[in-house]
Amino acid sequence: MSAVPLTHVLMLSAILFTLGMAGLLTRRNLIFMLMSLEVMFNAAGLAFIAAGARWGQADGQIFFILILTLAAAEVGVGLGLALQIHHRFRTLDMDKVCELKETEP
Amino acid sequence: MTILLFYLAAFVAVIATSLVITRTNAVHALIYLIVSLLATGFVFLLLGAYFAALLEVIVYAGAVMVLFLFVLMMLGLGRDGEGRERELLQPHLWYGPAFLCGVLLGEWGILFLGWSQPFPLHAVDAKQVGISLLGPYFLAVELASMLLLAGLVGAYHLTELQRRPGA
Repeated sequence: MSAVPLTHVLMLSAILFTLGMAGLLTRRNLIFMLMSLEVMFNAAGLAFIAAGARWGQADGQIFFILILTLAAAEVGVGLGLALQIHHRFRTLDMDKVCELKETEP
Repeated sequence: MTILLFYLAAFVAVIATSLVITRTNAVHALIYLIVSLLATGFVFLLLGAYFAALLEVIVYAGAVMVLFLFVLMMLGLGRDGEGRERELLQPHLWYGPAFLCGVLLGEWGILFLGWSQPFPLHAVDAKQVGISLLGPYFLAVELASMLLLAGLVGAYHLTELQRRPGA
């Protein structure tokens, strides 16, 4: 019976985090950017769980619960913001929302 | 056997996540994101974090994704919404997520039908988590509750402006 090595779980976590970051950097739709953020939160939680399981401590799961509350609060505010932006600008394209006077690409 | 199940679940998670960031239809991306979260929950189960696996499925794949779906449906209520609904009902769009979910279900069956050892040595159960959570981490719980309250007030405020655009 072989347990799962910590290195491989951390590699999976890094791959998922990189995929989420690639999505965040390439997609311009606010909904897709929020989804990529969720993927990144999830990858960070996976790293915490893996470390907690490696040393048999409960701290990893506690930090996963804290990440869960953070993600829930972030999704609530982010989706409210998405509704508001869609209402005002009639688009979810983040390059079109230039209220801070940045230059439109 | 456990490690093979882990590699399979990791494969499902990576495939589903790469499909999330390449889809153009937001609902398809959301379905693949749910599959990715379920695969990660299975990895948690293999690592002995049963409570975290349950939370992943109930809170992440359940509550948070339903919130996403609500907002997508609210935003997609335009003239093209009906056509998109009709497009979503085509069965071939469900083959990918259904296949990945089927792989996860098969793994779950293998794990619980006793073909593999379901309980690793370093299992951390919910009792330990609860004792730590309300003991040394009590301040963190209070901070998390304040964060959730701030998120609640923020979300309420943002959607309140939605109803009264002149305010």
